[in-house]
Amino acid sequence: MRALTWHGHHDVRVDTVPDPEIINPRDAIIKVTATAICGSDLHLYDGVIPGMMPGDILGHEFMGEVVETGPKSTLEKGQKVVVPFTISCGSCYFCQKQQYSACDNSNPVDAQDLSEPLYGHAMSALFGYSHLTGGYAGGQSEYVRVPFSDVGPIVVPDHVEDEKVLFLSDILPTGWMAAENADIEPGDTVAVWGCGPVGLFAIQSALLMGAKQVIGIDHHPHRLELARSLGAKIVDFSRTHVGEALMEMSGGIGPDAVIDAVGMEAHGFAPDNVIEVVKQKVGVAADRGHALREALITCRKGGRVSVPGVYGGFLDKFPLGAMMQKGLQLRTGQTHVQKYTKPLLEKILNGEIDTTFLISHRLPLEQGPEGYKNFHDNQNEWTKVVLRPE
Amino acid sequence: MSRHNRGAQTGVLALLAAAGLVAVSYRALSRRNFQRHPGDSAPGRTARQTRFGDFAVTGKTITINRPRTELFAYWRDFSNLAGFMENIVSIQPTGEDRTVWTIKAPGGQTVDVETEIVEERDGELIAWRSVEGSEIEAEGKVFFRDASADRGTEVEAIVAYKPPAGEVGRWIGKLFGREPGVQGRRELKRFKMLMETGEIADACYHAQS
Repeated sequence: MRALTWHGHHDVRVDTVPDPEIINPRDAIIKVTATAICGSDLHLYDGVIPGMMPGDILGHEFMGEVVETGPKSTLEKGQKVVVPFTISCGSCYFCQKQQYSACDNSNPVDAQDLSEPLYGHAMSALFGYSHLTGGYAGGQSEYVRVPFSDVGPIVVPDHVEDEKVLFLSDILPTGWMAAENADIEPGDTVAVWGCGPVGLFAIQSALLMGAKQVIGIDHHPHRLELARSLGAKIVDFSRTHVGEALMEMSGGIGPDAVIDAVGMEAHGFAPDNVIEVVKQKVGVAADRGHALREALITCRKGGRVSVPGVYGGFLDKFPLGAMMQKGLQLRTGQTHVQKYTKPLLEKILNGEIDTTFLISHRLPLEQGPEGYKNFHDNQNEWTKVVLRPE
Repeated sequence: MSRHNRGAQTGVLALLAAAGLVAVSYRALSRRNFQRHPGDSAPGRTARQTRFGDFAVTGKTITINRPRTELFAYWRDFSNLAGFMENIVSIQPTGEDRTVWTIKAPGGQTVDVETEIVEERDGELIAWRSVEGSEIEAEGKVFFRDASADRGTEVEAIVAYKPPAGEVGRWIGKLFGREPGVQGRRELKRFKMLMETGEIADACYHAQS
């Protein structure tokens, strides 16, 4: 089959690789009909997530048709499914608490040996996202093996277009959980750093959860326009002092909740970010934390900090003093996707949520490398790329 | 796949090298503290300096979300162990409580250990010891205890063994991934996977022919 594979810094290719096969009883094989490039795939593209090996198949946002099932899969051939990017067994302590991204049993034991020294514990496996999270092949390919297919994939009605439901695999639940982690109360001001896909869905979710105003922060004009079209107020950090603006826009209080939907590759020319860009390039301290620092400093006293943005390593100059002294609460984590797929599918089917506005480019899988390059280089126009195997 | 993982592991370990240096200097500093300390509650094998004569002691506790009796029964049937213990070539019963374990060793070799059960408490404990004349002197215990708040069962496995060629043998074994501490941790996790999910996680994307 054809698959998009990682070969190093800014080097992805479409290669011919062996087809996947059923290995374990609960597996299924999915014929991919649509897959997307995620903002977090760009961290792999930039080579800032450790544990990647040349030849790894990328892609953790995908859906398709069930073509083969293991003896213990509950899926049936021909069903149309969307697959969560988190691989979770459904029966361990964490899965039963719906903390699916903390699953004990999906990450193979030799891969757990990689992440335990780095993070203290191994997390659940993820599709196509480095050997720290299992080294499973991803879904930017014609076919993909899906472990625990009785727990993860959600069956969607045949008549629904792929593009309406594809983002249940990651970014819609991720934006929703980001807003949920912000514990929004009626009347709240919520500030969201980053108007990429997750930031935009967090904005949409925060408004649905009853925030009085949501303020999106970015510097790409088109992405800011998308945020505005969803009902957010916008702040362009290339033109405005973010901290002062947020204080003024919240009656001098500061946002009740702040959401960092940027993660480890912050943009801009703030002095801390310029230093961290250099450090990341030479491999010292992997994370760039400008957005998170600004969010913590700006958040109101006793406020909530939600971090859906991806971080991989160590962060310097973390404003712990501000966090402690102001009594902030911080919640973060890879998304517990399986917890959200069903309720969010309902919201899509009854028209409460539409995610198709985000898609700016549709390419055949064969042009995947071009998709990565443009999604990386032209973030203003390229807001979301959907790839389809032919 | 395993070669890939080893490559990635090297990268991660390099990341941690600096942290290791810090730990070493911390230990040097803490030796200045001559005050006597009360014995703490941690298992002896987690001590910074361990002394068990010629024996290396390794152990690991894991919580498995299944009933204690079920786990005990599965473990007690030794023929099941090869299903999740990667370094076991075969397990042959040689008498009522006696078993010969053929274990993979570094460099493609195998080691036979004949063991006998020295203590057994139904649903709670299995203890065994190598009989005289075995290639490796070893003893082990597996405890099964109810975990708190319906989390299932805490399984604690402890193995004490005389490394084949002393410290050097253990170091070489570690490099080959056959060191019982590393291996034991992985095997308990595979046991957990098998008991909780009915299968063992495997990231290979096509079946190995």
